[in-house]
Amino acid sequence: MFRTVAELVELADNEQISISEVMIRQEIDIKEKTREEVLEEMENNLQIMEKAIEDGLKGVRSTTGLTGGDAVLIQKYMKKKTPLSGPVMMDAVSKAMGTNEVNAAMGIICATPTAGSAGCVPGALFAVKDQLNATREEMIRFLFTAGAFGMVVANNAFISGAAGGCQAEVGSAGAMASAAIVEMAGGTPQQSAEAFAMTLKNMLGLVCDPVAGLVEVPCVKRNALGSSQAIVSADMALAGVVSRIPCDEVIGAMYRIGRQMPSSLRETGEGGLADTPTGRLLKEKIFGMSI
Amino acid sequence: MKYNSVFDIIGPVMVGPSSSHTAGAARIGLAARNLFGKEPKWAKIHLYESFAKTYKGHGTDFALAGGLLGFATDDPRMSKALDIAKERGIEIEYIEDSASSDHPNTARLVIGNDDESLELVGISIGGGKVEITELNGFALRLSGNHPAILIMHSDRFGAIASVTRILAKHEINIGHMEVNRKDIGKEALMVIEVDQNVEDSILVELKNAEHIISIAKIVS
Repeated sequence: MFRTVAELVELADNEQISISEVMIRQEIDIKEKTREEVLEEMENNLQIMEKAIEDGLKGVRSTTGLTGGDAVLIQKYMKKKTPLSGPVMMDAVSKAMGTNEVNAAMGIICATPTAGSAGCVPGALFAVKDQLNATREEMIRFLFTAGAFGMVVANNAFISGAAGGCQAEVGSAGAMASAAIVEMAGGTPQQSAEAFAMTLKNMLGLVCDPVAGLVEVPCVKRNALGSSQAIVSADMALAGVVSRIPCDEVIGAMYRIGRQMPSSLRETGEGGLADTPTGRLLKEKIFGMSI
Repeated sequence: MKYNSVFDIIGPVMVGPSSSHTAGAARIGLAARNLFGKEPKWAKIHLYESFAKTYKGHGTDFALAGGLLGFATDDPRMSKALDIAKERGIEIEYIEDSASSDHPNTARLVIGNDDESLELVGISIGGGKVEITELNGFALRLSGNHPAILIMHSDRFGAIASVTRILAKHEINIGHMEVNRKDIGKEALMVIEVDQNVEDSILVELKNAEHIISIAKIVS
């Protein structure tokens, strides 16, 4: 079993296999399942992601009215104009938002790694797959690669906002997506690690400050931008850019920052954006004066 | 290692919006139902801290109800669970408890029917994972990761051995075990996490072992 990204990359390099293959083999081994069973379970998760994106792009609204409809706005904008950041980028943004809008509206999603950060990985995946001519199997492998990196973070740091701030949620999710894009684009396992490190580095210190304590504001937009960073970091790594601080050390830094974060900035809805005049007003509107 | 399956990271498939407030809550409700062994007729649910403050906005109320109805985290009926519970004649009361708790996402469920009741405390620790921390006044630590059997028994010598002997005979491996009692010679509780689901026929055999009062299983 791999404990660190360095071990994960080493396993892949020694066996001359991809990160996704390392993850698939480990899953077969640990769960004593067949390859078909493991791939089928992931295909099921992929279908859930696809459906959530479809629903999000049709337009959903949360019961509080705080979020919804932005994925539709972006798709419309893309039909009228060429986005400055490019079509793939904005497609990822809209699909990440759509997924999280469905989540906020209490629809069905696949937590990746959590529900609050469920948009980054599918947003990036469903945006880059066409340009990379990905097969269904490669799309499934994308999720195994993302999962392998996420597992290292979960076991060495944390993946929940309550434990480590939003750097642990959207930070991890965006970084997982970066690593998976690199593999799908034909990069090396080490390049996946570089992309992961670069995305997570840029999210270090990101606080979890949901308005009214709800997984809506700023979560939906953070997922959108998490998926966009995933694509940029993947491109940087594919170009040969490396992270001066090794991937595992970045994860360690994220862990220590999360430990130093006050609880008001870890999903309590008491600090940051939740504690702005508008944030407090929205909370009062939703929950009344009793809170 | 806390996480060893890729599906702990890519998953669970669930009704949004929060893995800890919705999926976790549903799993706590389901654990209570499984331990009760049947559908309850009524439930009084105390919510603490973050659960108390945000349960309506997060759908924690319908998720807990969904669990009590036996729904999995991705059951599409989840958001209608309060209505479905009403249709099935289950009375559920939510109490926003101002008492502090050890974990910010804590629920205390008292459920029952005309004859019996059960009290359980569950915490939702993130990513949809939950732990049951109290059952009928017994402190315990039960992760939802593995199938488990809970056995109420009399605090007598041989009670534990009789249970482990039966499990060994059926080649069921024990991953974690806790024994807890109210007082010497009184009611006691065994919590046994096992590697595979335990067949009902083995439960019957366990139930008939010496000094056993009642038994329930949790399927992971």
